[in-house]
Amino acid sequence: MNIVVLLKMVPDTVEELNVGADGRSLDAEFLRYKLGDPDEHAIEQALLLKEKHGGTVTLVALDAPEVDDVLFTALAKGADRAIKLTGAESPPGTPVLAQAVAACVRGVWNPLPADTLILCGSYAIDDLEGELAPWLATAFEIPLAMVVAGVQIEDGGRKAVVTREFFGGLRGEFELDLPAILGIQSAEKPPRYVPIAKVRAAMKSARIDSQAAELPEPPAGLELGRMAKPEAAGHAQMLEGDPDKVADQIIEVLAQQSLI
Amino acid sequence: MANPILVLAEHLRGSLTEVTFEMLGAARALAQSTGAPVQALLVGSGVEPLAAQLGAADSVLLVDRPDLANPSSEQVSLAAEQAAGKTGAGLIFVAGTNVSTGIGTLLAARAKLPLVNFCREIKVADGRPTFVSQLFGGKVFAEVRMAGDRGVVSLYPGAFRAEAGRADKAAPVERCDLQAPPAKVRFRRFVEPETGDVDITRQDVLVAVGRGIQSQDNLALAEELAQVLKGAVCASRPVIDQGWLPLSRQVGKSGMSVKPRLYIALGISGAPEHWEGMQSSRLIIAFNTDPKAPIFDGSQYGVCGDLLDYVPALTEKLKARSS
Ligand SMILES: Cc1cc2nc3c(=O)[nH]c(=O)nc-3n(C[C@H](O)[C@H](O)[C@H](O)COP(=O)(O)OP(=O)(O)OC[C@H]3O[C@@H](n4cnc5c(N)ncnc54)[C@H](O)[C@@H]3O)c2cc1C
Ligand SMILES: Nc1ncnc2c1ncn2[C@@H]1O[C@H](COP(=O)(O)O)[C@@H](O)[C@H]1O
Repeated sequence: MNIVVLLKMVPDTVEELNVGADGRSLDAEFLRYKLGDPDEHAIEQALLLKEKHGGTVTLVALDAPEVDDVLFTALAKGADRAIKLTGAESPPGTPVLAQAVAACVRGVWNPLPADTLILCGSYAIDDLEGELAPWLATAFEIPLAMVVAGVQIEDGGRKAVVTREFFGGLRGEFELDLPAILGIQSAEKPPRYVPIAKVRAAMKSARIDSQAAELPEPPAGLELGRMAKPEAAGHAQMLEGDPDKVADQIIEVLAQQSLI
Repeated sequence: MANPILVLAEHLRGSLTEVTFEMLGAARALAQSTGAPVQALLVGSGVEPLAAQLGAADSVLLVDRPDLANPSSEQVSLAAEQAAGKTGAGLIFVAGTNVSTGIGTLLAARAKLPLVNFCREIKVADGRPTFVSQLFGGKVFAEVRMAGDRGVVSLYPGAFRAEAGRADKAAPVERCDLQAPPAKVRFRRFVEPETGDVDITRQDVLVAVGRGIQSQDNLALAEELAQVLKGAVCASRPVIDQGWLPLSRQVGKSGMSVKPRLYIALGISGAPEHWEGMQSSRLIIAFNTDPKAPIFDGSQYGVCGDLLDYVPALTEKLKARSS
């Protein structure tokens, strides 16, 4: 199978996020980038499919801080090739990213081989203008499934049967003809761990192909105004003290409310 | 009069979902200041009876065909594009749920319309809407406007009041057809939720663990606490995705909605997708090492510290008390 995984670095929300001086972007000073959780699952799902059906896994990511570590880690896990798209000064919106990624993919495969499955995270936390997968499905005119939590390949690689998440644990099964694009919510197994020694080995033996990104103008029509941190509606009463003292206070609350 | 607002009604297994009424309510509120009519679009197979519940709209457009049973996002976005073209709709509201995700973006991409995702609030000034979107998992809000008067808005589920979108009256229904090639994505079947060992939706007490629990071994701490409180353990998505607990224990947007009398959150940041599933809990007590974790904003009591230090002490004292 020809498996392509599109990766998007996003600000790490474990760090404090601050709005920059212009009031409409994040303050870059303490910003750290990481892969979103769904993207980690897209990599894992790609590797699971490769192990089961053979083929290659190609990663495509836009250049961003920390992206080399992410790509070498995925190569160490079993991906075959990594392409890094360079030249974006600041993170472009998802529609621009989609065009850049589509141009790169078309540069490698045109037309897409019949057994191509393109995977990306179902959503990213900065998808203000929509998710990557539907933008690409439109660009390639291929079928799309979102919020995917399981992928089976049938008919000798002509068809994908996917499990989509709805809510309350209810899921639905859908089939798509390949080539197709999937927004992965979670892989069938948790993302694998790869020892740092293997990542270091990949840094020596594997390479990342750099390519200049084709970055179109962002689509017109949206005017981004002010960005701000949310104001909390309320706040918990904080219980202070050592663990024993805190336990006593909680027990008092629970007793008052007849919970114990 | 402004261009109509088109609301894409969401339904699953024969019922309209809550977010449909939330969207209708948001559209009604906007219509009040802009004078735009509100139209609901209902796409599916055998969905005509649902139209009677969409009375908060001024009219209902119905696309009802056998090949639209559990329609794909592509089919629905095509229907919305055609309906909007027919009625001259300005804004199109789509639900930002697992069921509808993708429809809005497909529509925006093909019809070359601007799209605002994750919208939680709509403000109007001088007859023009400003959309307030939640970004970065709820850590930042952005105000966005559309340059023209046409565009797609994906509304965050739970952000708007559903009552405002319910009406006793029915709205006139107009049938429309859909010009569309055969679906590229075909529905096969529903996969029922795993009935886990415990039904977390029926528990009075839930001890919820998040990524802060750090390892599967530490789950025993939560299990023990739940046991003395005669409750059960549930979890946020990352814990379930790690395979540490079955899917039936997931609380939130993709998981279960719970409303226990007591919800103890251990190492959960309080992302909006998690809140969605537990906000109706009567009493929430949160443990988190980060004093700024959003979970503290909605909890009644908070403990800022390492759960590994605080939970064993609480469990021991509760045990001592009950023996
Ligand atoms: C379409 C979609 C569907 C989703 N569905 C769901 C869903 O159903 N349910 C769900 O939960 N999420 C869901 N999510 C994911 C959600 O956005 C968050 O990523 C998730 O809820 C975060 O889980 P968490 O709080 O456990 O992890 P994190 O956000 O990583 O938070 C961990 C917290 O633990 C704290 N911590 C760390 N160590 C300790 C310690 N030793 N003691 C105390 N505190 C500690 C940290 O300070 C941090 O606040 C969904 C997302 C999307 C977009
Ligand atoms: N021992 C720890 N004490 C406090 N916070 C932690 C600890 N380990 C991980 N975290 C936090 O837990 C969250 C998830 O981290 P990670 O497991 O690296 O994805 C982040 O908010 C970390 O900062």
